[in-house]
Amino acid sequence: MSWQFDSERPIYTQLVEELALRMVTGCYGPGSRLPSVRELAAEARVNPNTMQRAMAELEGRGLLRTERTSGRFVTDDLELLENEKRRLARVHVDNFLSRMAELGFTTEQALELAADKGVDNQ
Amino acid sequence: MSEHSPYLLEARSLTRSFGRNVALSGLDLRLAPGHIVGLLGPNGSGKTTLMKLACGLIKPTAGEILIDGEKPGPESRSKVAYLPDTSYLNDNMRVSDIVEMYADFYADFDREAAFSLIRDLKVDEKARLSTLSKGTREKVQLVLVMSRRAKLYLLDEPIGGVDPAAREYIINTIIGNYHPESTVLISTHLIYDVEPVLDHVLFLKEGRIVMEGGVDELREQSGKSLDALFREVFRC
Repeated sequence: MSWQFDSERPIYTQLVEELALRMVTGCYGPGSRLPSVRELAAEARVNPNTMQRAMAELEGRGLLRTERTSGRFVTDDLELLENEKRRLARVHVDNFLSRMAELGFTTEQALELAADKGVDNQ
Repeated sequence: MSEHSPYLLEARSLTRSFGRNVALSGLDLRLAPGHIVGLLGPNGSGKTTLMKLACGLIKPTAGEILIDGEKPGPESRSKVAYLPDTSYLNDNMRVSDIVEMYADFYADFDREAAFSLIRDLKVDEKARLSTLSKGTREKVQLVLVMSRRAKLYLLDEPIGGVDPAAREYIINTIIGNYHPESTVLISTHLIYDVEPVLDHVLFLKEGRIVMEGGVDELREQSGKSLDALFREVFRC
């Protein structure tokens, strides 16, 4: 995974998305310690204040917790991670359905097509 | 001791003219510590004049500028690390000699950091400056500035002359050097390259600030990148 940004959207929002993705996919595993804000900012090549802000947002959602002396950790609440994963999945599904609607497919037709694709692959 | 100011740089109605040419006109500006600020504007918009005023190389025609609560002078110079847009080093010196000279001269200079940056950038430290390319010299100058532990860094076009790979390294150096107590002011027209590292920008046009704000807020309001916004504000 790499850090890539669309410069037309706030970087902060994109950092929140990317960090959440890394947590739900286990790239940063449950309960694991995250690199420091400075390290992550350097890796992503973004302003440390922006990274700090993204972390604060994830803390607010309970996905991250800060321990005063030892740093920031990914939550070990698996249910919370699963919920976040579903929330992210729903965004993709909504995007897919709205694209399909632009092409003139109803939700049922779109899902049928998607299911066909699944069958084809097997 | 001066009264404590929450701003590293504060300008009030700052004006500077050169003969009949007004380079800066009634500028009001406050920069708090802990930011990487972009100073963006076309040629002749007053970027270099602002930097020179901040480090005390020139004096205001009217209004005032304060660095950490004080007028620019010997005291403030120890807090400001300035990278001018021109070469100021003695061409006959070797890179390593210049680093040693800086280490002797500036109490806040981190000699080890400087040599490590020089090595990373693959600059031959035994080479005389006169034998180096323009871009390599720019790298050396930037290393000297970034190796100081100053409060205010003024970088005038720090990446203009260097190749994209070195540009990336330099930008990483600026992030790596980030400290909540210091602020970096970067002037450039290469907005695309610096966009992700800025958290605040000032758009300067004909000596005045025409737009200022948090980078993400500006992106959010306009739905545009800074680069696109710049082209819009400064359309010829």
